[in-house]
Order: sequence, then C-alpha cells, then structure tokens
Amino acid sequence: MLTLQYVPQVELNSLTSTDKINKLLKIVKSEKIVLMEGRLKPNEETELIELTMEQISKSFKGVEICTIYPDKKENAQFFAKMKLLLVNMILGNRQGLTIIGPASIVKEIKRNPNKIELLTRSTRRRSKE
Amino acid sequence: MIKRLRFFIDKFIANLFKKRSNIKLGLYGPPNAGKSTLANTICKDWLGEEMSSVSSVPHETREIQVKEAVKIKSGSKELSFRLIDTPGIATKIDYEDFLKHKMSKTEAKKRAKEATKGVIDSIKWLDNVDAVVVVLDSTRSPYSQVNITIVGNLVARDIPVLIAANKIDLKRANVKKVESAFPQYKVLGISAEKGDNIEQLYKELIKLVK
Repeated sequence: MLTLQYVPQVELNSLTSTDKINKLLKIVKSEKIVLMEGRLKPNEETELIELTMEQISKSFKGVEICTIYPDKKENAQFFAKMKLLLVNMILGNRQGLTIIGPASIVKEIKRNPNKIELLTRSTRRRSKE
Repeated sequence: MIKRLRFFIDKFIANLFKKRSNIKLGLYGPPNAGKSTLANTICKDWLGEEMSSVSSVPHETREIQVKEAVKIKSGSKELSFRLIDTPGIATKIDYEDFLKHKMSKTEAKKRAKEATKGVIDSIKWLDNVDAVVVVLDSTRSPYSQVNITIVGNLVARDIPVLIAANKIDLKRANVKKVESAFPQYKVLGISAEKGDNIEQLYKELIKLVK
C-alpha cells in the first residue's frame, strides 16, 4: 500500500534547516511519500542530499524528489511582490509543492513543464542478508 | 541570515584579492553526464594529458579531481584556471545497480559507499568554486530535481554558470529541451567525446569568468 503524508509549512516553520530535513527524512524512511507544502531553500535541498547520502544503508537506498513551483510573475507589480515576500517571511514559502519518496518505492519522478509522473516499483525488493 | 551575509562578505573580499589565474572552474552535473570526458578533452587539448578515468558505469568519478594551471585560449583572449572534476550528484545510490555491470557484490558495495561520499564532497566543494560548467546529458530529460538543485545552489551562491548540453553526437540529443528547461542561462550543445563545439565552449568559458 502506498502512503502519502502531507506536511504543511506550519509544521516546519519553527524548525532549523537540519531539523526540517531530518523530520522529512524520518517520514521517508518509514516508507511514506512526503507531500510538503512549499519548497525547500536551495541550501536545504543540498543538505537533504548530503544527509540522505550519509544515511544510505542496506534498507535505505536514497530518495526521489521533485518540486512543483509556479512560475514567478516577473512583471508583477512592486506591491504584489512585496506582499508575497512578506507573507513568505512570516509564514514560510508556501508556494508550490515538494514530493519526496523513498527510492525503494518511488522508481522515478518524471517531470515535464506541465505534468508529473510518479513511477513506483511494481515489486518490493527484499534484502537477503 | 547572518551566516549568509558573512558568506557573501567573505566571498566579496576573496574576489577582491584573488588573482584571475587562481580561478577554480568546477564541472558539476548528475552521474554519467560526461563531466570527466569533458575534463579529459580540456586537459588533452591544453596540457596534452588526460585527467580522469571514464566509464559507462555510473559514479566512475568518486573523488574530487583537481588539475592545476590549465590555460586555454580563444582568439586573442586566454584564461588560466584550476579545473575541478566532481563526482556526479545523485539522490539515491543502490549497490544492486552496479551488479548489472558485471561487478562482484563486494566491489559494488564498495563503489556505492565511495559514491555516497563523493556526492557529499561535490556538494561541499560548491563553496570553493568560482565558476561552474553544469554538464547535462542532452539525451535525457533536463527536468530532474538534481539539475535544478545544482543550478539553484550556484545562483544562490552568485557563481557564474554555463550549461553544457553534452552528447549532441547522439541521435536522441535534444539541446532545445535543455534550453527550455533553463531559459535564463547560456546553454551550449557539445560533444565532449567527439569534440563538437569545444572551441565555442572555450570562448564561452572565457566570457563566463571575465
């Protein structure tokens, strides 16, 4: 059975980057697919990769990750931009959606500009050791 | 916030006093995109020797490779730099994938362990490079999160980026798709193996860091 767990920004806002990543990885390592509101910052994305690599083991092969983010409106009015900036500062970046799944379940996430395909593994591999 | 501000101040001061010949040019990208092949082509062209070993098995480069004093020329302009060939960045590594390449279980596990360390080292080196060529395989979809994460981090660190859409000699190559995935960056189609468009790459490299 495939389990998706939604993680709203409100649950992450008060956490440090490392705590945020650890929380997400803990869910992923329990073989659930995370649907996180908003997106990680660029440095948090690399931290997620670093921590994933540090934790790779017989049972944990890594993650598949994908972020869906609405196009920035470059020509948006100054006050609209400031409003968005202020909202992001107070409530965290709630725009977009981040999908993080364990590599043992999610084989691949294919992204094209307009669609996302999440390919799961048909049979789960069991460790013989 | 303070940490970030300090990072930019340190970088600014370092740039003020840095000799242009001390530039560190990094080759970044996902595994098997052709980073080491490109590193070898550059080194063969200008130093007459290869730099890294290459293989069709992913994660062949598992340690940072550095080549000192690479001097390239394009027309009347020239550029000296330290070339940094980095291990491919990935979000998953499964030793069982290496078994498909006729590797023993022990070898595969060793390679997987080294590869995880290599990914971490590549990320850590992002703080040390001055300019980066992101090498992507133009026969694969450019919309992977690893590609987006690499480019996003370089932009956040204010590091100049050139995207090399590699393997244009192959039928399935699609440079336009790479361009549409990264419209705000210079994308150059190349074949590191065949040498296609390499002269243009040297020209763009000089433009990138000047």
